[in-house]
Amino acid sequence: MSASAGAQTLAEKILGRASGVEHVVPGEIVEGRVDLAMMHEQGAQTVGPFQQMGADRVWDPSRVVIAIDHWVPASTEGAAVMHRILRKFAAQYDLPHLYDVGHHGICHQVLAEDGWVVPGDLAVGTDSHTNMLGAVGAVASGVGPTEMAAVLALGRLWLKVPPSIHVRVSGELGEGVVGKDLILRAVGEVTTSGAAYKAVEFSGPTIRALSMSDRFTVCNMTTEMGAKCGMIAPDEKTFDYLRATAKHAMHPVAPDPGATYERVIDIDVDGMPPMVACPYSPDNVRPLPDVAKEHVKVDQVFLGSCTNARIEDLRQAAKMMKGLKVHKGVRYIVSPASSAIYQQCLHEGIIDIFTEAGAVFTNSSCSACFGGNMGILAPDEVCASSSNRNFPGRMGPKEARIYLMSPTATVATAVKGEIADPRELL
Amino acid sequence: MQDVIRGRVWVLGENVDTDGIISGKYLTILDPAELRKHVFEIALPEFAPNAQPGDIVIAGRNLGSGSSREAAPAALKAAGVGAVVADSFARIFFRNCINLGVPAIEAAGVRALFEKGDTARIEMTGGRVVNERTQAEVRFPPLPAHLLDLLEVGGLVEKVRRELLAAKGAASG
Ligand code: SF4
Repeated sequence: MSASAGAQTLAEKILGRASGVEHVVPGEIVEGRVDLAMMHEQGAQTVGPFQQMGADRVWDPSRVVIAIDHWVPASTEGAAVMHRILRKFAAQYDLPHLYDVGHHGICHQVLAEDGWVVPGDLAVGTDSHTNMLGAVGAVASGVGPTEMAAVLALGRLWLKVPPSIHVRVSGELGEGVVGKDLILRAVGEVTTSGAAYKAVEFSGPTIRALSMSDRFTVCNMTTEMGAKCGMIAPDEKTFDYLRATAKHAMHPVAPDPGATYERVIDIDVDGMPPMVACPYSPDNVRPLPDVAKEHVKVDQVFLGSCTNARIEDLRQAAKMMKGLKVHKGVRYIVSPASSAIYQQCLHEGIIDIFTEAGAVFTNSSCSACFGGNMGILAPDEVCASSSNRNFPGRMGPKEARIYLMSPTATVATAVKGEIADPRELL
Repeated sequence: MQDVIRGRVWVLGENVDTDGIISGKYLTILDPAELRKHVFEIALPEFAPNAQPGDIVIAGRNLGSGSSREAAPAALKAAGVGAVVADSFARIFFRNCINLGVPAIEAAGVRALFEKGDTARIEMTGGRVVNERTQAEVRFPPLPAHLLDLLEVGGLVEKVRRELLAAKGAASG
């Protein structure tokens, strides 16, 4: 590696700023100031340690977001209790930014759409897919509930500066091939442990050409590589996206030329077909047309989750769905990622398209993504999903089989009743 | 926390995940005394009935993978485990151990040096784990001062509690 002295990666620069250190190196422990802290239901476990610490106030209530998202509305007594703990906590410590049932959304999505995380930020959340917010050029990472208590009390936490993996993407995505296909391919290449403890930085003309929506999808699934964070340096698209919503000052940074990466991966997407992750791991990735040849019948199809239920995803899917019917015997569940997106779907006629086709269009929540709320499978069933994980037990029983794919691939699959190439319906 | 940690050894294999440490069905147990009864129920069933405070757990690669549940290190703490030493750790498990005040030491090659019932001596700042029976040893990069401090006070809750107290004292003094 030909590293220029002092040249730093995106993660190093952001962590340097957060910790007030001019130059940080991988392996070094820094104490980072947090720009945004997010809690969802797991945050209920933060309340105990927070009080044991003797904290009588939250370091900065304007930088704390609480999002109720996994069980909306509460579907079990346990969930109802967690929600209640969070509501009380928000009231007791004057935390104004509680996304409660009715104006809720998946935690990562509400952070994105309301501009809670901006370029240069260090953001932490009590969820492993907090990585998604790295798409705006921030370090965003998941933490445990006790760590979150310390963050709420002090506004900072210790972090080990991660080594970075550089994923450079070139080529043009073909019609019907999207950001999801690109990240599935990258997860297949890196594997689910290949980026453990590490930062993953994406660059290249293909990444620049992606919409913000697809960039969020890409960074979301760096969690499936085991990564501490995934990120894309900000550009005009990022600034446009945040222009009206940014909640605090931006500190955009770019990686230095000549920065040291532990590994560089080059991906050329020219001619790449849609991809699918087969059971039982997100890195078990194959070209979708090959899987389609095997006539894999499905019982349920899910279009939802923080990975792929933004308005752009639902528009593309609805455009393809229009006038078609869900295959007999298939349950197609569509769950927008936030209440705001739900309303957009209502106004744009997207709900009509899906319900006329025979799909179930639900309120916004994590929905069928994690096997604890709704859309749970029977042991011998097969599900095609736009979400991010297909480990055994992810949607309930450990035998059920989940295939991960893009939003339009879920439409083609729901229509055909078996895993299908969305390009057949273009 | 002493600079030298000595204890009787229990040995685990590779890739023991958080389910193997504390099963998902016990996640609603908050009482440490109850929790300790189920530690390693899947990965090492004889541990819970026989473990003594101060015992040391030695494991292979990727200890604590799987879900990020904090109950796993909480159960180890409840059992009074003196330290966990592994060839390598999953990221969030390692963090959670240190934050709860359970010394976690990554020492590649350590698993191969020990058998159940051996006595291990861990030199925290010296960066050495010794099998007192065979005198075999493996070196590791000592934890940074920041993390040693965290262990010293017994974990993140206590560390933050002291910091907040000190800040209040300074403000009112
Ligand atoms: S949608 Fe799925 S992956 Fe995303 S936060 Fe919810 S449960 Fe987790």
